[in-house]
Amino acid sequence: MHFSVPLLASAPDQLLPARELMAFTLASHIILVPLGVALPLITLVMHHRGLRRKDATALLLARRWSAVMAVQFAVGVVTGTVLSFEFGLLWPGLMGRWGDVFGIGFGVEAWAFFLEAVLIAIYLYGWRRLKPRTHFLLGLPLPAAALLGAFGILAANSWMNTPQGFSLDPAGNPTDVNIWKAIFTPMFGPQYWHFVVAMLLTAGYMVAGVYAVGWLRGRRDRYHRLGFTVPFTAAAVATPVQFVLGDAIARSVFHKQPVKFAAMEIVWKTDTRVPEYLFGRLHSDGSISGGIKVPLLDSVLAGFSPNTKVVGLTSVPPGQRPTAVQATIAHWAFDIMVLIGSALVLLALWYGLVWLRHRRLPESTWFYRFAACAGLGSVVAVECGWIATEVGRQPWIVHQNMRVSEAVTATRSSTLWIMLGLVIVVYLFLFGSLLAVLLKLRTRWRLADAERASGPSADPPESAGPYGPRATVRAGDGGAATPSQGDQP
Amino acid sequence: MTADLMALVLLLAIAAYTCAGGTDYGAGFWDLTAGGTERGKRPRWLIDHAMAPVWEVNNVWLIFVFVIMWTGFPPLFQAVFSAMWLPLALAAVGLVLRGAGFAFRKVVRRVAGRRLYGAVFAVASLVTPFFLGAAVGGVASGRVRLGTEASADAWSNPTSIVFGLLAVAATAFLGAVFLAADARRFDAPDLIGYFRRRGLVSLTVLVVLVVITLFVTGEDAPHVWHGLTHGAGLAFGIAAGAASFAAAWLLTRRPGGWARVSAVGAIACAVVAWGLAQRPYLLPTSMTVAEGAGASTTLTWLAFVTLVALVIVVPAVVLLYWLDTRGDLEELTEADLRRGGDPGGGGEAGTT
Repeated sequence: MHFSVPLLASAPDQLLPARELMAFTLASHIILVPLGVALPLITLVMHHRGLRRKDATALLLARRWSAVMAVQFAVGVVTGTVLSFEFGLLWPGLMGRWGDVFGIGFGVEAWAFFLEAVLIAIYLYGWRRLKPRTHFLLGLPLPAAALLGAFGILAANSWMNTPQGFSLDPAGNPTDVNIWKAIFTPMFGPQYWHFVVAMLLTAGYMVAGVYAVGWLRGRRDRYHRLGFTVPFTAAAVATPVQFVLGDAIARSVFHKQPVKFAAMEIVWKTDTRVPEYLFGRLHSDGSISGGIKVPLLDSVLAGFSPNTKVVGLTSVPPGQRPTAVQATIAHWAFDIMVLIGSALVLLALWYGLVWLRHRRLPESTWFYRFAACAGLGSVVAVECGWIATEVGRQPWIVHQNMRVSEAVTATRSSTLWIMLGLVIVVYLFLFGSLLAVLLKLRTRWRLADAERASGPSADPPESAGPYGPRATVRAGDGGAATPSQGDQP
Repeated sequence: MTADLMALVLLLAIAAYTCAGGTDYGAGFWDLTAGGTERGKRPRWLIDHAMAPVWEVNNVWLIFVFVIMWTGFPPLFQAVFSAMWLPLALAAVGLVLRGAGFAFRKVVRRVAGRRLYGAVFAVASLVTPFFLGAAVGGVASGRVRLGTEASADAWSNPTSIVFGLLAVAATAFLGAVFLAADARRFDAPDLIGYFRRRGLVSLTVLVVLVVITLFVTGEDAPHVWHGLTHGAGLAFGIAAGAASFAAAWLLTRRPGGWARVSAVGAIACAVVAWGLAQRPYLLPTSMTVAEGAGASTTLTWLAFVTLVALVIVVPAVVLLYWLDTRGDLEELTEADLRRGGDPGGGGEAGTT
């Protein structure tokens, strides 16, 4: 089944829409993943502070973050479920042939996610009636469940990059499956830690960004300071760690997936003393236009010496490597990620130095301007990292073993295009609503805070609507029901 | 051996999803039929409060089903998702809209916004189980084979349609029984009768549909029909019937925990009856369990992972349902999210 003809010549019509659909839904889901993985941890840190120091402001922040988590987690659940449908709807060939080799990671993920869903439900709905200590302790396993879920997903993804743990029978089907080797593939460790730290720092910068904007608009009370400090500190500590991990994973890619590395660095011919290009565009004849060329740097970064030999794209036949366009996309994504990562390291250093010298938050407006953008920047970096990983692997869905075009569904391309259109409309509605709801919550809380500052508050309008909180409806429906649980202490 | 065990686990996971997810879809069904904003206010209030803490967990069962399919029985997964492309794709869209509609309508305060999200949630709750049922019907009637390409016939056939309708009726029945018990739990006596009536009506419809299904499958899905009318399939079918009558009887008396157990038992038995009727096939009559099974090491590991899941997840789920039934899980109110507002629990630590 190994075609040596160029990818485009053999690509079925449905490949492009299938790929676009997968890319669109995954790129959308990725925006929510950092919050899903790391927001519980950040909230628990705040919660702990609130309980430990009897700090009402910290507890309020933790409660409000839980309210955000409730909405965001719900959207994450549904967009994540869509992805598991898509394995079958778009890539039946992948799962049909390889499901029993690498699917077990998803098995781990499924029950970790199950546990997470249970714990998060208890945590979100436990604020009112559980004892504070019990409530906090029941939330405590949440970060561990999130780490376990990430373990499953990253095991599957890294297997696609560096597949192992099986041998092929004469018909080309996998036999002799070794689950352990299939989970712990060469790229698993680097990908896993790079991912986990990325999630923590992205979530930290996203949350802190909200309060940085508040600071810029003059809301500089303790509530905003605390809401900024806790997540920003977590993210700032993670950032230099991520810089080291990112450097390490790039070198792992260099050793374990040399062709992908060649695409990410647009290296055409295998050579020593290879220059590094910042951006630039690779053409199909191997020439590079634009970009900034730094002599020797690529060799030095890959092996700490200008004499390091870097494998080029031409080391494999054209049908087994990314096209020039794909290589350029992976290269740009990689460069953008590295640039954002470096900028975040500077921001974290700024924060750390001010803290070491003055034991206080920075006062420069510019610091908060950058901090406000850091959340968006890290989301962009996460997306870029994902693009570099996936586009750099092309044309393989299972590296060296199955092409994306062999895995794709036989469904007609017109159906897939229509479905892509439908999904785009649904997701615009979904993410538009999510944004609107979060902004509405923000406005509502800000109004409530302002009212409290200025005097006693009246009941907000429409609070007796059909789906209002239980207590409000009780009061509003003419006492048809006698409160019992609602009034217990 | 391990393959048979995992096939059984797959069947039980499908049964669990039918019951947990079904209750959830059923609540959406009654939301859809609750009438205008004013008339439907009370039932919708109950539905919101009953569903909120558990709906995400209820739907995670589906992911379990998929994982067992693609890890344990890869060719089955490939065949089903290739042949049943459209109904499964629409079910996926339905799931998205449903979850989003439910999550957003709780937060939105304006009536117009609530209507929009509520309508999205309710319609999707009707459509999703229908398509999932239709996909199962396609499998049961032997229309899915490895290599079958997506076609309208694979899912728009008599068996698929009755299975789709059965799925909707079953969710409506489960939803009504659970909500009747919730009405008692949340002290809403007027709603007990409301959902009791709906539970009995949907059970009647369900029974009629089952009779129609037996006629339809006799022609259209002979293998499954034979399995349902003989041996273990028949036994579970009878058990399902008995449990549903027990549920009806309990519903007319004191809708509570036991009515729920009987209703869940009825639907679970029906799913198990279907699964056993398919023996020895995963896809009647083209792929047996042994033919569809993945590598044996993987199946052993999958069994192990399932065991770990049982040990870890079951206590957690039991804790969740227990806390929920005790009324310990309650949404944060507006007041809790204001400065100075302290929820009941956080009070001691919060006041300064």
